[in-house]
Amino acid sequence: MIDILYFAWLRERIGIGRERLETSAPTVAALIEELQSRSGGHALAFADLSTIRAAVDQDLVELDAPLGNAREVAFFPPMTGG
Amino acid sequence: MPVRVQTAAFDAGAELNGFSKGLAAGAVVSFTGIVRGGGGMTAMEIEHYPGMTERALTAIAEEASRRWSLECALVIHRYGLLEVGETIMMVATAARHRAEAFQAADFLMDYLKSRAPFWKKEIGEAGTSWVDAKASDEKALARW
Repeated sequence: MIDILYFAWLRERIGIGRERLETSAPTVAALIEELQSRSGGHALAFADLSTIRAAVDQDLVELDAPLGNAREVAFFPPMTGG
Repeated sequence: MPVRVQTAAFDAGAELNGFSKGLAAGAVVSFTGIVRGGGGMTAMEIEHYPGMTERALTAIAEEASRRWSLECALVIHRYGLLEVGETIMMVATAARHRAEAFQAADFLMDYLKSRAPFWKKEIGEAGTSWVDAKASDEKALARW
């Protein structure tokens, strides 16, 4: 089981901030493909991958990164701190 | 390298005094970010990723510390609902000479703008909208 976290407008579009699921996706990008088919909100949130950033176990990664034995994957828009 | 992520307001002047006390460094530089008004904006809501935020800020502060041999660096960043005029965040750096302290503070700001997991939402008279990251913020990282 893997924890999936959503932040900012991804969380709003999907309607939840966190979900748990079983996946055999080898990469973050493959996981996104699985997630896109879960609901209309998911599809909308993941419509434009250029606006999606991801972290695996709280480390920022590229979308082609392997999932390995990840326990937590987070998806969010480009960050706007400061 | 103290890093604090909090909802509570803080006194940037008092923080800076506390930071500077007892340092052997010759130069201290600080930056304070304040919620900007105008355009009908009344407040800002800042969301973050608990856990990753602290990790990312610590990693950025440690990197700055290595590059410029800082004696110390401080990062404080708030989240939650903040009104126009409230202090959002501050960084402070202490080094032997001012060039290092200025550069390290500039580096910290560039990196925490686009590599620390915070997201700003503007709240105004006309509704709310997420702040888009700027291409210039991403470009700013290339100079380091």
